[in-house]
Amino acid sequence: MSKEPVAVTGVGQTKHVAARRDVSLAGLVREAARQALDDAELTWADIDAVVIGKAPDFFEGVMMPELYLADALGAVGKPMLRVHTAGSVGGSTALVAANLVAARVHSTVLTLAFEKQSESNAMWGLSLPIPFQQPLLAGAGGFFAPHVRAYMRRSGAPDTVGSLVAYKDRRNALKNPYAHLHEHDITLAKVQASPMLWDPIRYSETCPSSDGACAMVLTDRAGAARSPRPPAWMLGGAMRSEPTLFAGKDFVSPQAGKDCAADVYRQAGITDPRRDIDAVEMYVPFSWYEPMWLENLGFAEEGEGWKLTEAGVTELDGDLPVNMSGGVLSTNPIGASGMIRFAEAALQVRGQAGEHQVDGARRVLGHAYGGGSQFFSMWLVGAQAPDS
Amino acid sequence: MTREIAVVAFAQTDHRRTSDELSEVELLMPVLHQVLDRTGLKSADIGFTCSGSSDYLAGRAFSFTLALDGVGAWPPLSESHVEMDGAWALYEAWTKLLTGEADTALVYAYGKSSPGSLRDVLTRQLDPYYVAPLWPDSVTLAALQAQALIDAGHTDEPALAAVAARSRADAETNSHAQLRGSVPHGDYLVRPLRTGDCPPIGDGAAAVVLAAGDRARQLCARPAWIRGIDHRIEAHSLGVRDLTDSPSTRLAAQRTGAFERPVELAELHAPFTSQEVVLRRALRLGDDVRVNPSGGALAANPMMAAGLIRVGEAAAAVHRGDCDRALAHATSGPCLQQNLVAVLEGDPR
Repeated sequence: MSKEPVAVTGVGQTKHVAARRDVSLAGLVREAARQALDDAELTWADIDAVVIGKAPDFFEGVMMPELYLADALGAVGKPMLRVHTAGSVGGSTALVAANLVAARVHSTVLTLAFEKQSESNAMWGLSLPIPFQQPLLAGAGGFFAPHVRAYMRRSGAPDTVGSLVAYKDRRNALKNPYAHLHEHDITLAKVQASPMLWDPIRYSETCPSSDGACAMVLTDRAGAARSPRPPAWMLGGAMRSEPTLFAGKDFVSPQAGKDCAADVYRQAGITDPRRDIDAVEMYVPFSWYEPMWLENLGFAEEGEGWKLTEAGVTELDGDLPVNMSGGVLSTNPIGASGMIRFAEAALQVRGQAGEHQVDGARRVLGHAYGGGSQFFSMWLVGAQAPDS
Repeated sequence: MTREIAVVAFAQTDHRRTSDELSEVELLMPVLHQVLDRTGLKSADIGFTCSGSSDYLAGRAFSFTLALDGVGAWPPLSESHVEMDGAWALYEAWTKLLTGEADTALVYAYGKSSPGSLRDVLTRQLDPYYVAPLWPDSVTLAALQAQALIDAGHTDEPALAAVAARSRADAETNSHAQLRGSVPHGDYLVRPLRTGDCPPIGDGAAAVVLAAGDRARQLCARPAWIRGIDHRIEAHSLGVRDLTDSPSTRLAAQRTGAFERPVELAELHAPFTSQEVVLRRALRLGDDVRVNPSGGALAANPMMAAGLIRVGEAAAAVHRGDCDRALAHATSGPCLQQNLVAVLEGDPR
């Protein structure tokens, strides 16, 4: 049983901003899709199927938006599949699309993820009614702050590490024209002086609410051969889920994240991620998740992730750059955020990342998570086609 | 060589108008246990899990996360979710098995329509800028389609009544159906549709297990092999569609090989009698094909699960040896906007 190798030959994303009042939902997704097609130098007719993902329908107030968006994405007469796996959805959507190619069901698939947060209120969408959730949880930050605190206590990390991550990502975003936050006057002192929201998470260590979409063209070996620009090859991809709440759950380093990474590394023949992987786009909505995920993904021993951050290893010019694009901390159209990670990983190995390009990036990891740190999706892409 | 993949087990709830005393997880759990018991598998033995559900029915974001807790996702699962009918979750699972990354898959779907007003809720799936603000409800849109069919001479009200009568009579032998036995055709709900032309609103869940190749033969005496499965979507706006036809169904059927040999049985996801008329023509089903022996969606239409149930019912007919080649159809969106077709076969006897 052999799988078809999967290549990324087109990447597109919108300029992400707080409110895209100039476009409808359809206009937003079309903009990203059009860019991905242009990058691949393909037309709508070259696309066999569309796989679309987004976080809850409640965020825009449209139930099953794939129905309404079919026309805008050139899907009429084609298969259109809608994925929803919470915050990891952007990554999962790309993987579902990749499976269509890998299974040889389709040759060329357009995959897209979006969120237009300005059409609604994510805080409302995430503050669930009792009895589904305990009162006073107050959005995602309220859920994650205790787990950050647990990480600090467990690892002995100094409380300065979170602001280092935010300062780095916001500076990286200045090199990415599509990033939402362009804080030209950013300083470490400003991050450290920003108000405390959910102790220990400060205002400048949280992600913004963005409108935006991201799209990719995925294709088979024959499609990649026709690609006008270097393709990014998928070397491994996996999803893992675990329950939201249970007695054995490790919120600091969930088992599903470890298992997901291990599966990707096994597929890609990675034995030492720290040595074999050149850069990482990881899902860091609150700054402390960088050191936490460095450990969860096997780039550092348990309790040691913060040392990589503190030593500057994860800086754009460091030994293991993390979130070269500015990351979720600079741009967060929730449903698209995972796919942006995957797409940025592809841009890096294609040498198409512009000012935030890492020299010699050959193997890059894209990572997404969602829910109560329970849904994970990841892929590893490379400049070289897989052997099989 | 393409991998052979089959439906090896199917289970569903008894579908009911309300299930106030049950959470979604409680609704789903017995079905998950039943479908696994039928194969002897434990959830940890399953290679891939995929589900279909809708936050809008649950009235809360991320509603599927609690259902996953019910599955018992520990140790962590390779798992995914579509915000579509479970038939599309089955499609995603099918592609996963085709890649060889898994040999078995658990697919489930559930929906509780009772907490809200389903006709109003479904208006939220329409174009959010120009159509949804007018709140055109699902029955009204189906009535437009029915009237277009009558105007085109494809059917008339007595023919629609006959579809309803046949479906509800067939449901008499289906212990899971919400409406069983002869039910009066009723008064007009929205002309030309009477209550009997419309599906009941109800709560329910369903699950199937898929397996590849020899694994399927180990788990099931007579696997229902998926010979083809495909789905297609049409334009959203009703104004640019010919409501009397279903080109997406026809194309999907073509791609599954449905037209290569006749099927003996078809389970059609036609919530309205008039939609069966459209689908029969698109699928070129002759009068000798048994359509919806389960009673179909007119007897039980739990949102998000009703399409998966069609695949499950068709597969169960193959499992029982009631037929050798069956067609299953699922739909989503107003007036049959999106359609999935699967062809299932048993080994030759």
